[in-house]
Amino acid sequence: MSLEVRDVSVRFGGVAALAGVSFDVEPGGITSLIGPNGAGKTTAFNVITGFQPPTSGRVCWAGTPITGRRPCRIAALGLVRTFQKTSVFSTLTVGENVLTGLHLRGRTGLLAALLGRRRVSEEERTLREEARAVLATVGLDARRDDLAGDLSFGEQRLVELAVALAARPKLLLLDEPASGMALSEKAAVATLVRRICDGGVTVLLVEHDMRLVMGISDRVLVLNHGRLIADGAPAAVQRDPEVIRAYLGAVHAAA
Amino acid sequence: MEPLLQHLLNGLLLGSTYSLLGIGLTLIFGLMNVVNFAHGEFYTLGAYVTFAGLTVASVSFVLAIPLTILAGMAVGAACERLLLRPLRAASIDTTMLVMIGLWIALQNAELLIWGGVAKSVPTPFSTQPVVVGPVSVAPLRLFVFAVSALLIAAAHLVLARTKLGKAMRATFQDRETAALMGVSIERIHTITFALGAGLAAAAGALLGPVFLVYPSMGDLAALKAFSVVILGGLGNFAGAAVGGLLLGVAEELGAGYVSSGYRDAIGFVIIVAMLLCRPSGLFARAERVG
Amino acid sequence: MKRVVGVVLVVVAGTAPFWVWNAYHLHTLIMAGIFSILAMSLNLLLGYTGQLSLGHAAFFGIGAYTSALLTLKLEWSPWVGLLVAILLPALAGFVIGRLALKLRGAYFVLLTISFAGVVSLVSVNWMALTQGPLGLPGIPPVELTLPGLGAVSLRSKGAYYYLVLGAVVLAYGVCRRLVHSRLGRALVALRENEPLAESVGVDGTHYLVLATIVSAGMAGAGGGLYAHYTRFVSPEVFLFTYTVTMVIMVVAGGKGTLAGPVVGAVIFTVVPEALRAFASWQWQMLLYGILLIATLFFMPRGIVPELADGWADHWRPRPRTP
Repeated sequence: MSLEVRDVSVRFGGVAALAGVSFDVEPGGITSLIGPNGAGKTTAFNVITGFQPPTSGRVCWAGTPITGRRPCRIAALGLVRTFQKTSVFSTLTVGENVLTGLHLRGRTGLLAALLGRRRVSEEERTLREEARAVLATVGLDARRDDLAGDLSFGEQRLVELAVALAARPKLLLLDEPASGMALSEKAAVATLVRRICDGGVTVLLVEHDMRLVMGISDRVLVLNHGRLIADGAPAAVQRDPEVIRAYLGAVHAAA
Repeated sequence: MEPLLQHLLNGLLLGSTYSLLGIGLTLIFGLMNVVNFAHGEFYTLGAYVTFAGLTVASVSFVLAIPLTILAGMAVGAACERLLLRPLRAASIDTTMLVMIGLWIALQNAELLIWGGVAKSVPTPFSTQPVVVGPVSVAPLRLFVFAVSALLIAAAHLVLARTKLGKAMRATFQDRETAALMGVSIERIHTITFALGAGLAAAAGALLGPVFLVYPSMGDLAALKAFSVVILGGLGNFAGAAVGGLLLGVAEELGAGYVSSGYRDAIGFVIIVAMLLCRPSGLFARAERVG
Repeated sequence: MKRVVGVVLVVVAGTAPFWVWNAYHLHTLIMAGIFSILAMSLNLLLGYTGQLSLGHAAFFGIGAYTSALLTLKLEWSPWVGLLVAILLPALAGFVIGRLALKLRGAYFVLLTISFAGVVSLVSVNWMALTQGPLGLPGIPPVELTLPGLGAVSLRSKGAYYYLVLGAVVLAYGVCRRLVHSRLGRALVALRENEPLAESVGVDGTHYLVLATIVSAGMAGAGGGLYAHYTRFVSPEVFLFTYTVTMVIMVVAGGKGTLAGPVVGAVIFTVVPEALRAFASWQWQMLLYGILLIATLFFMPRGIVPELADGWADHWRPRPRTP
């Protein structure tokens, strides 16, 4: 199951957030998408997962075009993303958060909910067990009855990850999963992501922490001003002069 | 041909007041992001203040209008200070419900004060229509149109040419920068709401004498205001001005050629049609999504 | 503790006609029951899905008119009338939900207001169907055919009370089942964070449509019950006052809870009737407006959650987390 991004452009008025971006993500492994602020990384995520229709270009998943489809449909196909800003259901418990992530695993509809008894409660029991399993993967099973909004920032990001994992992604798109975390927490996230990938999930990762990126990525894509400027192994990309220029240029402009 | 011209003229005259209503609401809904379901009540307030001014205080009609606008602005400012400012951090749903509460409270207060019987506002104009070629128009309606046009022009000048207007536009485009530049965000919010309320009150002062004054007159006015705002695009001054005229003409044509009983439905139909097809308004450019 | 309260409630409610001597009081309870159903229906949209419908009186009114017309003009059984009074508004709800698509928040509200406005105008102007402002009098009462007793007309207040009580219990059961199911989870997820919900496969439009259908159908049921109780419907059922009252009941009672709308409905039916001797309905509506604002300022979650928390704290004081 591979992802094909072909010639995707996103224009708002005169500004191009993405300009003719093309890349493939083959199954397996961790691919990182990096670039200075405003390079278009989150826009790329939004296009791939249906939150933003591209002005032109197309996205294909396992050979089927998914350009501009609704996010819920794309999630059903196995592409699940997390958000840059911490996104949890803060008034629900951690367990209920993950149960929501398990939505597609259930089948109870309106009539079944109103009339069914045994099948519905069996399904609920199965889902609750699965929820606990997912929470155990991220190490939050003990917190499952706590309100997600009461958790620390780092824990909330883990809840976010658990919710996404619950949806059984084939391709998991993580938008800055380690941002705002302490060093130790980042290392834990990196290990977790590696473990998720080893479990058979392809990962596409946006991150700013270079050490984290270079440490766990099998492949690195670099965006700058909406264009793809590098694509290769981490070591090679790190030495690419245009990449260095892009980041130095960003530092320069900020200075 | 003649009835068509007459309908068009009537539509424009009536529409000018709808423009007033719409501009007021587009400032509040479009700029402040407050879903002002109480907008119709400022309209009603304007009508009753004018009525009171003319019958109780024996003020002249021409003087009653600016007084009404001031009253509308004062009440608007008070509402903003007391109800909206404390809730600035709350969700838009809470604000919406609060405005609904204000709507109910104001309308029933009016019902208690004035009673449910419709009142007729005495004006100094003769009821003899002025005939100009193929069309005729009541002097009162001409006056209403003139005042509306004047007020719209004045509002535009305030927004576009004065320091206050600049501060308003800055606040709603980029609040943080405006605050850094020394603009008092709180004051701007109060003034903007007061302006919107004042324009609604003006519309009430002008239309009260044309129709009748009764406590629930604001309900339809509010809906029409929303209709105009959606037509013209949220926060779009010119759009609201044009939208108001469009609505007026559409109503007159619909009442004349289709059915007068369903005249008020036109505003509703416009809302639904716009929401379904082009929620950003007739004049909006393509917008960034999400 | 909850169980004891539940049993007491069941006993009290179940035997009411036997110890509520005053017919007027019983009438009040019947209206409270009908409004409970209306409030519960609005709560499904406002409390659980997070979208405000200000056109709910339209679903109520359509239900009332549907049952009235079918039993008056076509002489169908009121039971069938009640059934269609659920189905037709549900269909209208489906249309609204489908039309709404991506409309949320204020835009959804405006859509519902417009819908209600058009329906209201139709009821006044389409004289041939609805007799306009004159209304439809003489709606037949509900009849129950019992084996051995023949047809029993549920004309007496006591009998109708039980019919309404049964409907309330049924409506509550439906809400409870829905809310505690996968569906309820999806609705709450949509209310709390729609993009996040969509990202894990929850179809926002689908569930909004579902919620609107069930909500509209339930309101229609309330309308049908109302029609056969008061035996008269007129365009007054579309008055905004009804919608406002429903909103107050839900918001003050506690939106997003199961008991909240019922508590709100009982309070805001019983108290106005009690106050009727002292204050006209205009004063009450004025009070409603002020109360709505006050609730949003001081008790935004509503009565039931505040009481429940206070109760829980009383019996099991929670350690204050540092």
